[in-house]
Amino acid sequence: MSANPLSEKEVAALRGDFPILARTVRGGKPLVYLDSGATSQKPTAVLDAERDFYTRLNSAPHRGAHALSEEATAAYESARERISAFVGGRPDELVFTKNATESLNLVTHAFLMGGHPAIPGSERFTLDEGDEVLVTEMEHHANLVPWQELCRRTGATLRWFPVTPEGRLDLSDIDTLLTERTKVLALAHVSNVLGTVNPVQMLAERAHQVGALVVLDACQSVPHMPVDAPSLGVDLLAFSGHKMLGPMGIGGLWGRSEVLDALPPFLTGGSMIETVRMEASTYAAPPQRFEAGVPMAAQAVGLAAAVDYLQAIGMDRVHAHEAALTERLLDGLAQRPWVRVLGPTDMVDRSGTVAFDVEGVHAHDVGQILDDAGVAVRVGHHCAWPLHRALRVTASARATFGIYTTPAEVDALLTALDRVPAVFGIETGAR
Amino acid sequence: MDLYQELILEHSKRPHRMGLREPFDAEVHHVNPTCGDEVTLRVDVEDGTVKDISYDALGCSISVASTSVLATEVTGESVEEALEVFKHYRAMLMSKGKDPGDEEQIGDGVAFSGVSQYPARVKCALLGWSAFTDALAQAGVDISTISSDAAAPTA
Repeated sequence: MSANPLSEKEVAALRGDFPILARTVRGGKPLVYLDSGATSQKPTAVLDAERDFYTRLNSAPHRGAHALSEEATAAYESARERISAFVGGRPDELVFTKNATESLNLVTHAFLMGGHPAIPGSERFTLDEGDEVLVTEMEHHANLVPWQELCRRTGATLRWFPVTPEGRLDLSDIDTLLTERTKVLALAHVSNVLGTVNPVQMLAERAHQVGALVVLDACQSVPHMPVDAPSLGVDLLAFSGHKMLGPMGIGGLWGRSEVLDALPPFLTGGSMIETVRMEASTYAAPPQRFEAGVPMAAQAVGLAAAVDYLQAIGMDRVHAHEAALTERLLDGLAQRPWVRVLGPTDMVDRSGTVAFDVEGVHAHDVGQILDDAGVAVRVGHHCAWPLHRALRVTASARATFGIYTTPAEVDALLTALDRVPAVFGIETGAR
Repeated sequence: MDLYQELILEHSKRPHRMGLREPFDAEVHHVNPTCGDEVTLRVDVEDGTVKDISYDALGCSISVASTSVLATEVTGESVEEALEVFKHYRAMLMSKGKDPGDEEQIGDGVAFSGVSQYPARVKCALLGWSAFTDALAQAGVDISTISSDAAAPTA
């Protein structure tokens, strides 16, 4: 990637768009927010867009024919168009959901319906004993537990690619794991712990050779790098709005038209119907089929503003900026032999998520020392408990970046981290 | 920072009365789902007295040290006294810094008073203690005296 990282001046300027970054914590210390992987901060453009929707347009989209409703519908559908294009999709290929977790449950639920008489092709979404669902050991619980539940209820078998000690997918048994029995391959584009970028294109191709559906959890890629769903070769792609400068309460499910067309509905009720009679109903075409009830229009408009904001910077530059920060942090941690980085320690197929373990000190305690210096990182298993077990750690601390993160903030983390050995009396190997 | 009192660091590095021993009347396993901390805890109750608390703990300094202090403070006490200690200890943790804890009532438990300033860590300081009261209940002890107060936090 040849894009230039953001200059110091550019970052300083755009930080002005994020009022929260100016606040202090823990007795007047400047906030050093390194938890954007959990949720990103929101620029005023996003807050203004939401407020503007409620101030000028508020009414129920896709209902009624009065002026406000028409304008609200136009704003909502324009948001869909821009957000879908952001991941390389057409307008009708994007379903709005509450969050990525709901997007993934929408898919697993489709398999529980066992096909729908009113939806041609829906019999594709069935699972039986003998069928297999293939995931990875590095999945976020949101892309693991729904598949576990689906397998439990259908009698299908859950299998998974293990993770190497270096934090890459272990594909050595791919021929026995990905077979004619595999009906679904569900995986993360980027691990929310390791920062590993998985070889999605290659795996999607292999999965399609055996006729499996490919579901991608793109929560940690869409906010941080250019993502083009069609060229990744996946069938369905889930992402969340609040991790990409957008509001909480909105996520997306992109799907190939022919896949969405055959997918049975998840939540049912108003808006998602075609005709309703007392005996039975028929359903709208996608994406409306999956959007029962009054939609989260203001959040969609806010998320579209976030997408505009990111596109004005350019996702290749966002990626370059975060890569530079990641390299800086990895270099700093490499000079501290008492810290173990979970995941790749080089920049090959690696994103801006850096989880680490201070040997002999629990992540909660590490996080507390950092927090005392105003540095906000995530501690725990980051909703990837099996991955932590595989790496033989109870929990880890995790720093993640956003476009507003500065190199000075990475240094603030390292400085605060240096207090940990003294407080907890561990050997640093320093002479 | 007030949180990491010397006593807490000491207990977390060298937990007292650790290990799972026999005999016991009940064994429980509690986890903190946000961080994966775990404790397995056994109680041995004889004639209304807590004769032994033995445990295996995996977790942060606050959770391990608080379980260690629990075992130190409560072993040998009557069940009623043990539950009183728990009530005072919990009240201190839930006080958001208002209740510094009374050493007369909770002994070394007062070292954890700083935890009440950090709502996210209260659950750590209660993990072993919640396991203890649960184990007492499973051993047939009436613990209704502690449930009338504020419920345990759901961090």
